[in-house]
Amino acid sequence: MNVFDRAYDDPVRVLDEDGTVVGDVPDLETEELVGIYRDMRLARHFDGRAVSLQRQGRMGTYPPLSGQEGAQVGSATALAEDDWIVPSYREHGAAFVHGLPPERTLLYWMGHGDGARAPDDVNVFPIAVPIASHVPHAVGGAWASKLRGDDDVFVCYFGDGATSEGDFHEACNFAGVFDTPTVLFCNNNQWAISVPRERQTRSATLAQKAEAYGFDGVQVDGMDPLAVYAVTEAAVEKARDPPDGRLRPTLIEAVQYRFGAHTTADDPTVYRDDDEVERWRRKDPIPRLERYLRDEGILDDDRVDAIEAEVEERVADAIEAAESAPRPEPRALFEHAYAELPPELEAQYAELTALREERGDAAFLGE
Amino acid sequence: MSDTQNLTLVQAVRDGLHGELRADDDVVVMGQDVGKNGGVFRATEGLYDEFGGDRVVDTPLAESAIVGCAVGMAAMGMRPVPEIQFSGFMYPGYDQIVSHMARFRARSRGRFTLPMTLRAPYGGGIRAPEHHSESKEAFYAHEAGLKVVVPSTPYDTKGLLAASIRDPDPVIFLEPKLIYRAFREEVPEEAYTVPIGEAATRREGDDVAVFTYGAMTRPTLEAAETLAEEGIDCEVLDLRTISPLDREAIVDAFERTGRAAVVHEAPKTAGLAAEITAILQKEALLYQEAPIERITGFDVPYPLYALEDYYLPSATRIEEGIREAAEFEP
Ligand SMILES: Cc1ncc(C[n+]2csc(CCOP(=O)(O)OP(=O)(O)O)c2C)c(N)n1
Repeated sequence: MNVFDRAYDDPVRVLDEDGTVVGDVPDLETEELVGIYRDMRLARHFDGRAVSLQRQGRMGTYPPLSGQEGAQVGSATALAEDDWIVPSYREHGAAFVHGLPPERTLLYWMGHGDGARAPDDVNVFPIAVPIASHVPHAVGGAWASKLRGDDDVFVCYFGDGATSEGDFHEACNFAGVFDTPTVLFCNNNQWAISVPRERQTRSATLAQKAEAYGFDGVQVDGMDPLAVYAVTEAAVEKARDPPDGRLRPTLIEAVQYRFGAHTTADDPTVYRDDDEVERWRRKDPIPRLERYLRDEGILDDDRVDAIEAEVEERVADAIEAAESAPRPEPRALFEHAYAELPPELEAQYAELTALREERGDAAFLGE
Repeated sequence: MSDTQNLTLVQAVRDGLHGELRADDDVVVMGQDVGKNGGVFRATEGLYDEFGGDRVVDTPLAESAIVGCAVGMAAMGMRPVPEIQFSGFMYPGYDQIVSHMARFRARSRGRFTLPMTLRAPYGGGIRAPEHHSESKEAFYAHEAGLKVVVPSTPYDTKGLLAASIRDPDPVIFLEPKLIYRAFREEVPEEAYTVPIGEAATRREGDDVAVFTYGAMTRPTLEAAETLAEEGIDCEVLDLRTISPLDREAIVDAFERTGRAAVVHEAPKTAGLAAEITAILQKEALLYQEAPIERITGFDVPYPLYALEDYYLPSATRIEEGIREAAEFEP
């Protein structure tokens, strides 16, 4: 059965909560399966370290992703290298899979503008903080890909809250009208800060919203990385090469949960109870895939330990790299606003430089 | 004298909302996370428990609908107080603000008026992520039909908020979040108003008139004290309302000093300082003894926090700017 021909409230599933197979296991090489596991462990470990850096005052506000690794890693694994990721602010794990060095993510949340710049050969858009504002970019990027005859698919990540914004609806409408190769990937983690999914919309699912725009919508168990992989792969394939009578875009609703706070500035105990968190923890995507891979004889203790060590080292290196980056020079304030620095900005920079020379950094930093 | 409480600025917001909710059933507080969560800055803490979810409303994540629905409610005579979580997220609602909130009265030739107060935390200096620190009050001051208020003390905050909510016209109420918790002040327990459109003299002096508002008021006063030790005596005017501006107070202070500096954290080009300079040029040209100094943010996108201290006017930068105005000789 085509994954798109199902009821909106019938999520695609491959592994149940114990790692037992309940659906069609996607056709992946052993090492690709291990790769999904390793990338989820990387995202989880990165996340824990990032939260702790914030607590220690070594980083600013940070949006945690724990719980959402299955959706992020499963989906990003289904992309070709030339495809594009258009993230919101929480998809660190997806970005790593697509080639973003983790130290960039750290730098960004450490307040360095350079952190938002992906290397030129990594097809990841800069983080978008205003909710849903980036969804039209993904549709536009995909539209450009189609107009120019490139074959690249754009995957846009956003939350359940984002589906309430006008930008989301306008972008979906364009995606349908212009039949753009866009995968609209909704990380429905149940909460938009303190506002639950039920207060975001009265529709029974988010997936069904696609119906209004004329393309496919599908729900997937977002904490089942193999199911997410399968659905995204199908959506990407359709975006590139749609069968007759089907539009290229797909809205994927990945049903999942964020275990931690919305950001390190948020206290979720004010609005949700521990029972709920516990219920969802049982669906944790990492032990679930691990159990399956162990049952299949693909993973054993040694391999798991080796992966853990590899992941820890990678994150430690990234932290070291980010923390040893020098404070950016004030010139960076001015440099990137325009392709060429306008005379008035050059003058403002000169003013800043003169005062810095005369009074030192104390003139600015209040030291 | 009524009893007072020692409040921070954000507590004064809460206290002001509390008083107006209690006094008038038509007042409704609405926005993202304002209910159960009590607002991401705790500005609405406890109000949901006391007044319920119909008067302290958690809305879906949709600024255009938040502002637009408030327009409709206000047209029907209610007094909605929508909150936008950070002023950097007002733009999805911007169409509603400028196309409708600002001109409903004019368009309907006075049949409809919009007694609504759109609140938002604004400004920089708290090491926040992108789009959480902008200072774009000039956008709203530029828009006829709106009043724009920026308090700088807890006392003013409570009084100006009450005045805004009771005002027949729509008000944009920008709360400088850098000073949400920076200090406390005695604030009367009972409700009172501080009139919209009146500046406050925070320091008297004869040498230079310094105009500022919001979070910049404190570093400006600090700079004025440093300069006083050198014998440069500043008059510091806290504008409190940036639309309408208290032109009389501005012109008066300038006529007495002949020198002026304007301090704001918003970018320089087409900012409030430009407007104030133009007013003085027209109204008090013959009193002018020195070029009017503008000490402002730079004309660049608000940076991530590693560079924000270079962006925001510091007390030292303000002091240097004022000194220029004071020492200029033709
Ligand atoms: C336009 C806009 N309004 C408000 C905010 C403040 N804000 C940041 S995240 C958030 C909740 C987002 O929830 P959701 O879309 O479900 O994504 P999640 O954070 O759960 O991944 C809000 C209200 C914002 N960033 N942008």
